[in-house]
Amino acid sequence: MIKENDLILRTTTTLIAFILFGFSIYLFLAGHSAPGGGFIGGLMTSAAILLMYMAYGLKAVSKILPINYQLLIPIGLTIALLTSIGSVFIGEPFLNQTFGYFDLPILGEKELATALLFDLGVYLTVVGVSLTIILTIANDQ
Amino acid sequence: MISNLAVLPIVIPMIAGILLAFFHKKIPLVRSLAKILTTTNTLVVLFIWLYVKENGAVILETGGWEAPYGIILVADLLSITLVLTTNIIGIAAVFYAPASLSKKQEEFYFYTFFFLLITGVSGAFITGDLFNLFVFFEVLLMASYALIVLGGGKVQLRESIKYVLINLFSSMLFVTAVAFLYSVVGTVNMAHIAERVQGVEQKGILTTIGILLFFVFGTKAALFPLYYWLPKPYTVPNPVVSALFGALLTKVGIYSILRVFTLIFIHDTDFTHTFFLWIAGLTLIFGVIGALSTNNIKLIVAYNIIPAVGFMLIGIAIFNETSLSGTVYYLIHDMIIKAALFLLVGAVVYLTGTTDLRKMKGLIHHYPLLGWLFFLSSFVLAGIPPFSGFIGKLQLLKGAFEEGEILIVIVGLLASLLILLSMIRIFIQAFWGEKDETVTVNKAAARRFTLPVVFLLFFSVFLGVGAELIFPSVEQIADYLMNPEIYIQSVLKE
Amino acid sequence: MEIIMSILAGILFTTGIYNLLQKQLLRIIIGTGLISHGAHLFILTMGKLKTGLPPILEHGDTNPDHYTDPLPQALILTSIVISFGVTSLLLVLAYRASKENETDNMDLLRGNEND
Repeated sequence: MIKENDLILRTTTTLIAFILFGFSIYLFLAGHSAPGGGFIGGLMTSAAILLMYMAYGLKAVSKILPINYQLLIPIGLTIALLTSIGSVFIGEPFLNQTFGYFDLPILGEKELATALLFDLGVYLTVVGVSLTIILTIANDQ
Repeated sequence: MISNLAVLPIVIPMIAGILLAFFHKKIPLVRSLAKILTTTNTLVVLFIWLYVKENGAVILETGGWEAPYGIILVADLLSITLVLTTNIIGIAAVFYAPASLSKKQEEFYFYTFFFLLITGVSGAFITGDLFNLFVFFEVLLMASYALIVLGGGKVQLRESIKYVLINLFSSMLFVTAVAFLYSVVGTVNMAHIAERVQGVEQKGILTTIGILLFFVFGTKAALFPLYYWLPKPYTVPNPVVSALFGALLTKVGIYSILRVFTLIFIHDTDFTHTFFLWIAGLTLIFGVIGALSTNNIKLIVAYNIIPAVGFMLIGIAIFNETSLSGTVYYLIHDMIIKAALFLLVGAVVYLTGTTDLRKMKGLIHHYPLLGWLFFLSSFVLAGIPPFSGFIGKLQLLKGAFEEGEILIVIVGLLASLLILLSMIRIFIQAFWGEKDETVTVNKAAARRFTLPVVFLLFFSVFLGVGAELIFPSVEQIADYLMNPEIYIQSVLKE
Repeated sequence: MEIIMSILAGILFTTGIYNLLQKQLLRIIIGTGLISHGAHLFILTMGKLKTGLPPILEHGDTNPDHYTDPLPQALILTSIVISFGVTSLLLVLAYRASKENETDNMDLLRGNEND
């Protein structure tokens, strides 16, 4: 998209994109009872991917990340929907949720909630939607 | 848990839409799956309807959050009846779509957006939370934005930008109105609002919020003077999309007015409902003038949406049991007949290749069935007895007589006459007259178009002829609307 | 504080509507963005501005006056997500319309009614 030779942008992108990725995953996981969540995490991830597109061009990034963003939208929606109707099958109201404490290796005792799965769906949908829209316009030159 | 029934009409179409998005390129598979899924959904909704009729409203507290705190879904007889009607129109649309859409349009997620539209409409009917109503409005609007640009010609792009802008603006006003209401009563649950509104001392601010909400819903429902955006965007997309829009979208607006102004804002009916009566009369007059002013047959049918909305508003404005039963009856009748008319006109445009009335003549010699179906649906629309429009109008005008509003009765009758004139004009110009030997006749295409229309008209005629069977349910709904305490108590469980 | 915020929301609405009435497509879209910001700010203001704890029951503090009201924030978040979606859709639409017509002037968007 941008002119071929842009050394400063490329060098900083290698660093910044990974910081953005890391922070987006932190936000996604924090989202249950602290600021964050699937929506903002997804936006942050798409910002990181977009930055890579801007620095390295469409072809190069499509080679490293061969993801069909259009397909991410229905996948994300399916996950979100399945987690919300899951509770119907065990006789609970629609969208009901639960949580528990688990002993994870390295991390220690952590709280895991079913709301996190719902958020994963949101995350994928947001990444899919925002990148589909931006890339549709960008590809059209 | 039986209360989970309330969420099924929302979840099933959503699953269907997502499922069909995965293989949007495999058209034959998608077509048959879509047909199966709409039919299944309609049967499920029919089952819920029977359950609700027997046992009263099904109320679901999503996520297990109790009534005023969480999001509530309320499937009462009014909302589930409208959902059922929506799904019947959905079946007709799915069977009509393959004949009318091009392959490219079908591949571009038509069925996904169709199901999302059904999700949004059903959700808007079922929700019991004012902010959630906004969310479902957005779901159905988002799907409608995608459907209206399907195909993407120049006119379509221009009209859809206008359509998106007007809807976005009114949605933002909706959010603002909800914020006002929240600051006054501190809740967004409709039953809870209705309960707290009774205790508010300054009724003036409530009337202001009520009128702001009326403005929002009036924009969506195309009431005078906010109807100017409606006719053109409804004529540009594919006929099946126009039919869905004409049948469902404005009706969601009028349903919201019906719900909000029989449940929440009933503290100052002298002002609000008299105001509605004026708006209803003006909507009738201006809509009919619009319908008579053009030779574009799609535009004539699109303009005919406006007086229909005016009729329904009369019932809300008069606000007694007879008139409300008229509104509910007319709502069901109009959803079905508008879909049928748009599909018929779409078929005529497809077969003749033009929307200009002056370029058509003598179609009845080539397509007799299509012609008589059109004749029948004109009569149903105008409210000739014994068809369904007649019974709705009879109740509406009877309600107006009871309150002594003679002027609106005269305007209503005059408007029905002019509606009949605008429809018969199409019939005489396009179907009657000398046989045009130059046209190429495409009987096979005509046959594919007629079947869904016959299906819809069957229900329409049944609504009129079988009124004895349906009317008790409608009266039950009207009685329920006149007594908002039943709704409040069933939601808040006091 | 509430009054200042209400005035700010009003200013956002006015500038938004001013932009909405322009002819250039991009300005119109910016106008819709400003209006939705105004509406979101307005919800926040209407839910009473106060600095309290996040509304999660921690350390056994059960006095509701110490917490902020979570509902306006939930409403705003939903509304932001929706206006994000609509704005991006509108951008794609405007881009395609301007490409098809080779102009971004609303008055010059062409097309015949009868086709």
